[in-house]
Amino acid sequence: MKRYYGFFLLSVGFGMACAGLVRGEAMTVLKKAITLCLECIGIG
Amino acid sequence: MKKMRERTRLIIQLAFAALTNGYVSGFLGQKLYKGKLKQFCLPGLNCYSCPGALGSCPIGALQAVAGDRSFSFSFYVMGCLVMLGALIGRLVCGFLCPFGLVQDLMYKIPVPKVLRKIPGDRYLRFLKYIILVLMVLVLPDRVTNIIGQGDPWFCKWICPSGTLLGGVPQVLSTPALQASLGFLFSWKMGILILVLALSSVNYRPFCKYLCPLGAIYGLCNPVSLYHLEVDKEKCTRCGACSRACGMGVDVPKAPNSPECIRCGKCASVCPHDALQFRFVHRKKEKHGQAENIEN
Repeated sequence: MKRYYGFFLLSVGFGMACAGLVRGEAMTVLKKAITLCLECIGIG
Repeated sequence: MKKMRERTRLIIQLAFAALTNGYVSGFLGQKLYKGKLKQFCLPGLNCYSCPGALGSCPIGALQAVAGDRSFSFSFYVMGCLVMLGALIGRLVCGFLCPFGLVQDLMYKIPVPKVLRKIPGDRYLRFLKYIILVLMVLVLPDRVTNIIGQGDPWFCKWICPSGTLLGGVPQVLSTPALQASLGFLFSWKMGILILVLALSSVNYRPFCKYLCPLGAIYGLCNPVSLYHLEVDKEKCTRCGACSRACGMGVDVPKAPNSPECIRCGKCASVCPHDALQFRFVHRKKEKHGQAENIEN
């Protein structure tokens, strides 16, 4: 039975990723990632 | 066998860190890579402000989307992490995370390992789940400025990977940033130094207690397709595997514990060859030898 949980989780993840892509989240990730993140490097 | 396996793992860790941080112009000219690859998340805790980073940090990306005024939660990033977790679980931590590699290297420093188990270890391990919920998912969405944007709380106040891979090289090479250093940078450097110092006497303390990415993959570990199987017929409960495990997992009892980073040390020290990593679950027969497989 346990082996099916992995496949179920895989499909849930796939569904979530697709939903996020449709909502345009990848563009938000890109916008953040191409500029220097001052908080990440400790400037604030 | 054990040395060979450890060496192979180290080579994979180094190669993956070099590959995903292979934007050489970033190190030379100190300009970040701005290509489309950065809309994809890397599997490990790899700061996107590292001069060589070719992809995004998944934890930074989760906070960036949650902190954006148009969204409250990133289905895209969490979906990618859940997919990866369902496939390989915390194998990412053991093989593909650059900050895991840094901690592994620190642990190789030949100093007496006086703090193999930190007091309160059992309870401190829950800290990473609290950090995940509070600092990565809730606060960036709920605490916002006047234009509705939230801070990346984990990146700002905790992440030592960001300080080491992004902060240190950026600050060293940019005089304008050096002039802006203040309390926050000192605080983050303090955390980095503390984590690195602890890593030399305790195996991967950041992964055990603080890493929200490890928390996500850890939750997938018990059901991930890549898993550890214990052959109960061969296992004599000698305890060699559990003694070898740096993450403190009781291997025969919980082979797919959320704490296991799939480094494979347990399997390589097993004198009876009772531990096997597999992608496909072995079928358990009703009456027979295969019934004795624990996974």
